[in-house]
Amino acid sequence: MTTVAPHDGEQDGTSPQPERGSADPQKLLTPVLSAHWDEPDSYTLAGYRRHGGYRALPKALAMDPDDLIAYVKDAGLRGRGGAGFPTGMKWQFIPQGDGKPHYLVVNADESEPGTCKDIPLLFANPHSLIEGIVIACHAIRSNHAFIYLRGEVVPVLRRLHEAVREAYEAGYLGPDALGPGKGLELTVHAGAGAYICGEETALLDSLEGRRGQPRLRPPFPAVAGLYACPTVVNNVESIASVPALVDRGKDWFRSLALGSEKSPGFTLYSLSGHVARPGQYEAPLGITLRQLLDMSGGMRPGHRLKFWTPGGSSTPLLTDEHLDVPLDYEGVGNAGSMLGTKALQCFDETTCVVRAVTRWTEFYAHESCGKCTPCREGTYWLVQLMRDIEAGKASSADLDKIADIADNINGKSFCALGDGAASPIFSSLKYFRDEYEAHLAGRGCPFDPEKSTAWADGPSSAHLEVNA
Amino acid sequence: MTSVEMGIPEMPAPDYPAEVRERLEAEARAIIARYPDSRSALLPMLHLVQSEEGHVTRTGQRFCAEMLELTTAEVNAVATFYTMYRRKPSGDYQVGVCTNTLCAVMGGDAIYASLREHLGVGDGETTEDGKITLEHVECNAACDFAPVVMVNWEFFDNQTPESARALVDELRAGREVTPTRGAPLCTFKETARVLAGFPDERPGAVEASGSAGPASLAGLRLAKGESTPGVVAPRDAASDEEGK
Repeated sequence: MTTVAPHDGEQDGTSPQPERGSADPQKLLTPVLSAHWDEPDSYTLAGYRRHGGYRALPKALAMDPDDLIAYVKDAGLRGRGGAGFPTGMKWQFIPQGDGKPHYLVVNADESEPGTCKDIPLLFANPHSLIEGIVIACHAIRSNHAFIYLRGEVVPVLRRLHEAVREAYEAGYLGPDALGPGKGLELTVHAGAGAYICGEETALLDSLEGRRGQPRLRPPFPAVAGLYACPTVVNNVESIASVPALVDRGKDWFRSLALGSEKSPGFTLYSLSGHVARPGQYEAPLGITLRQLLDMSGGMRPGHRLKFWTPGGSSTPLLTDEHLDVPLDYEGVGNAGSMLGTKALQCFDETTCVVRAVTRWTEFYAHESCGKCTPCREGTYWLVQLMRDIEAGKASSADLDKIADIADNINGKSFCALGDGAASPIFSSLKYFRDEYEAHLAGRGCPFDPEKSTAWADGPSSAHLEVNA
Repeated sequence: MTSVEMGIPEMPAPDYPAEVRERLEAEARAIIARYPDSRSALLPMLHLVQSEEGHVTRTGQRFCAEMLELTTAEVNAVATFYTMYRRKPSGDYQVGVCTNTLCAVMGGDAIYASLREHLGVGDGETTEDGKITLEHVECNAACDFAPVVMVNWEFFDNQTPESARALVDELRAGREVTPTRGAPLCTFKETARVLAGFPDERPGAVEASGSAGPASLAGLRLAKGESTPGVVAPRDAASDEEGK
């Protein structure tokens, strides 16, 4: 067992910030899902079983489905796709004895800018998801599950095809998978390029062979989801976390918390951008960005953190003031943002925040599904104004105008895509209004984009030791 | 596809040749069988017709409509919503440079500009030899490998303008190209077949490029004490360590 021992969360949760540079990764990190990714066959059934894979399954199948749901609820597992809704509660909403088929749909449409956890997870460890699917289907009494994978990741699709084939062959899927006479089918479905399909009701429409546009709620998917039947839609990481939770127990799971008790468990943090060592860091919820940067070598040599996203571009930007915010649902919420997908995109002082926000805004305009007016029209006009501001062709009244348009999108759109589009506008104006004004005063962008590139400091600079 | 037809409606699209139709029908039925409701087969079937002709033609849309008992208008509404369905003939290799914020800042914009100049094509355009279609793409969930270039939806991580130019030169010269993460490249049509849900049967395709890329292992290596905290490994050397 190479996994790091469960961390004593209580001790660290109450202790003051660790001294700079003293973070001990062997104590702070808790690789569970990622524990064996360094083995050459981690993605195969044999590789997964070698380390206890499919050991939780018989334990879960022996439990009464309602008890299993209560167990996952008690463990405190919350959705890892962004919203943080308690997974057990989502399962509990499925009506029982209604005579309709129930469906589990796994949201593997990972497309939120900055988010890059589910794709490496599925590439290196697809069986953790499949075992979790079988357990979840037992809990919600489903006989057909779907994995909706974004289409643009063919290497992952290959491995999912193969992992599902292996699981059928081994009898984890197929007839009698959930007990004598209780079969389970699992269908891998590749999307076709649309960010909006990460929104759960748009995903369901897409899976039904339609344009991926969100549905009005209620009815919620738990009542009328796929084919108007009760449906649970869960993120990849949420479901993949279930086997370890069942195997090692809810007390162990609850003990993994560096911040709020309401946010327990291990999770994947994705460091990217101008950091010395980008990558996946699996840790208990509530670790801070300072701790992650300290252990991983900090920002790239000679640069400092300017702004970052806690969970993708739809979560309001934070700055170096927020390095010690516990990265859990409560901690980041209290700091005025959202934990989201734990996609920690870190930008240093060479980065123009107006350029960054303009590009994100172009993304939201491109991906707006067109169903509702505030988002469709608002994102279009935001792009026009942001381009003018970035080019120094706007007036200071335009800064108020983008805030006003963002306000007319935020909370007034059909789904959360609109809120996401407003977040970078609001938060960048809050922390960097002077930088917007500098574009207007200087009639252009004061930054040199070449300085922000990965190769700006020369290929050899990364050899240096860093005092994080 | 952007031309607007006024007046006389377009004639129905021609059907596939009989032997093509027969083969595609069998495959379409296999796709339909995966779902409780046949309409769910539409997205994979659009990938399937794309694997036949390299883009979604009117013939392909008519085929989908007939198989699923939909109108061609319903099929067209879906086909035009999703960015992965091409609406015009394109190259064997779709080279997509991520220019969403993080990759753009890390050098994606420079890579994209460099490729445009090097290939002499604009966004969505194809080189004269029919080999390469250049596009900018949105975030492809590989930010810890930025800047990223996708070719036929396989990962080329940690790119530079030089590496990207060398990549397209190799593709145009017809040499076998292996992605950082993914299997040796096949053509766009062959890729579309995998997207339709037919597993890649090439030996070694599933195993290719190992379990995980170097960045995916950054935290694990720290947790196992295999790399020293606070000391930064050179990026390119890191990939050598993994035996890539």
